[in-house]
Amino acid sequence: MADRKQPMDTQAELGFIPYDQLARLQKLRRFIRRNPTMVAGGIMLLIMVLLAVFAPYLRTVNPVEMNPIERLRAPSGGHWFGTDMYGRDSFSRVIYGSRISLFVGLVVAVITSVIGLAIGLVSGFVRRLDNTIMRIMDGIMALPDLLLAISFVALTRASVRNVIIALIIPQTPRVVRLVRSIVLVLREQPFVEAAQAMGARLPRLLVRHLLPNTLAALVVQGTYVMASAVLIEAGLSFLGAGTPPEIPSWGNVMAEARSYVRVAFWLLLFPGLFLATTVLSINLVGDGLRDMLDPRIAKRMR
Amino acid sequence: MLAYILRRILATLPVMGIVVVFVFLLVRIAPGDPAAIIAGDYATPENIQKIRAGLGLDKPIHVQFGLYVTSLLKGDLGVSLHSRLPVRQLILQRVEPTAALAASTLTFAILLAIPLGVLAAWKAGSLIDRAVMVFAVGGFSIPIFWLGFLLIYAFSVKLDLLPVQGYVSFREGFAPFVKHLILPTVALGMVYMALLTRITRASLLEVLQSDYIRTAYAKGLRPTSVLFLHALKNAAVPVITTIGVGFALLIGGVVITESVFALPGLGRLTVDAVLQRDYSIIQGITLIFAFVYALVNLVVDLSYTLFDPRIRY
Repeated sequence: MADRKQPMDTQAELGFIPYDQLARLQKLRRFIRRNPTMVAGGIMLLIMVLLAVFAPYLRTVNPVEMNPIERLRAPSGGHWFGTDMYGRDSFSRVIYGSRISLFVGLVVAVITSVIGLAIGLVSGFVRRLDNTIMRIMDGIMALPDLLLAISFVALTRASVRNVIIALIIPQTPRVVRLVRSIVLVLREQPFVEAAQAMGARLPRLLVRHLLPNTLAALVVQGTYVMASAVLIEAGLSFLGAGTPPEIPSWGNVMAEARSYVRVAFWLLLFPGLFLATTVLSINLVGDGLRDMLDPRIAKRMR
Repeated sequence: MLAYILRRILATLPVMGIVVVFVFLLVRIAPGDPAAIIAGDYATPENIQKIRAGLGLDKPIHVQFGLYVTSLLKGDLGVSLHSRLPVRQLILQRVEPTAALAASTLTFAILLAIPLGVLAAWKAGSLIDRAVMVFAVGGFSIPIFWLGFLLIYAFSVKLDLLPVQGYVSFREGFAPFVKHLILPTVALGMVYMALLTRITRASLLEVLQSDYIRTAYAKGLRPTSVLFLHALKNAAVPVITTIGVGFALLIGGVVITESVFALPGLGRLTVDAVLQRDYSIIQGITLIFAFVYALVNLVVDLSYTLFDPRIRY
């Protein structure tokens, strides 16, 4: 072992890179080589996030500003993604649309994970409540997620907040089932017994001893929840039951452009391309994280 | 066997019960007074009160629920708030395009996904395997409506091979019926196919690593008979389970697909009801879809015995 370290040291000296930095670099390179798709997904996702954050500085104009003279122009140097039927700049609308998609996706993923974690912990550990909770979850899962979200938004009013709530309801049972299945295994472990023997109360037991062991799987499930939230939000907006039309989102931008398939296909092409890329990158990151986890846990997801 | 079927049907009853409670509550707990929504923006308070009484919304909630369940048991799904037609009749009118689309999508996805998944697992690690997996992840990420428009643009607008939109009943001719269904089927089936391909590959890979497969090789069987006689049947159960669970994807997708391709089915009925806030139609359709979903998964559960004789009832 000592011999093998030697050439690395010399290499480091020759290249004037400190040893610890080199080691980190090599670790990173190995990580990229072993998880090429995950790294590609991560980079794509990062680009999407940066585009959304820095939207005002990317040669965008006001995404809702109409300009009747410049209607339905094909993509050009002035309008990278062309203009729509009101002469609005499609590039700006797509870039600003990414804000809605990513925001909704992230918020839904975080809130769903937290709620699902809480319910799952209780359901997995408290036998008396388990049956009732799981039957309710089964019931929600029997309702197709898009349909549930549609009914909710239709009964309230189309707003970003209502869309978020409408997405959290159908996604929560998935997290609950995952967390519960992990807790059911954990509760038989000696460390749980030990904690109980030492007089730990239920809240402490759940939060200090069980919760940390579910986090890895929860993060992976969170990415899948985010991917489907982004997709369903776009679907809802496309159907007119999502983000209100004043706010550009990929779904409603495409809904407005739907009757222009023949004359202005670019209006449908670009928002869809961004949407598909975003969902793909989230899925790739999720798959990569899942493969890094214990494969036995991996099987329970999806 | 019969006892098992009965027990399984009994087990789906509580789930359906919760679905009914949920669909009932959805309208009641949602912010906003349904009566006010129906009455419109210019309604007087008396008007709203009259509508509320007409819908039974002025009664205590447990009485409302009792009335709701009684009428459901009689097969009555209520009356549309806008057209005043029975929801049951409206749904029955729209079933055909949706059923045709669902059936063709199921066939398309299963017939393509299983061979692809088997091929990928058989040649695990090869270029074919990677190509199939890339395709599967991609199919999972493509929004149905975008894929739909891409297909319309390529095959209808540019190549002029297939009709852009619409539906023709099979009673009016089989060829136009099929032509109108091809693009919607591909658009809707892609997600489902991607999901099934992944599961088929994963399930078969696991089976191929088991001891009895090694034994089958060791006793000198040809690789093809190992695959077809020993491996495939044992890999079937997770695939069948996913066909059932993934049916939810198909139901959600139907709504979007019908909107893109202007198919006059249940999905279109849903979207129109959303725009008109006709919540009795939305309730009815949600219930029907949940019922179909539960039914499909019941059939899936029962079909396990066909593939795995170790599962006995």
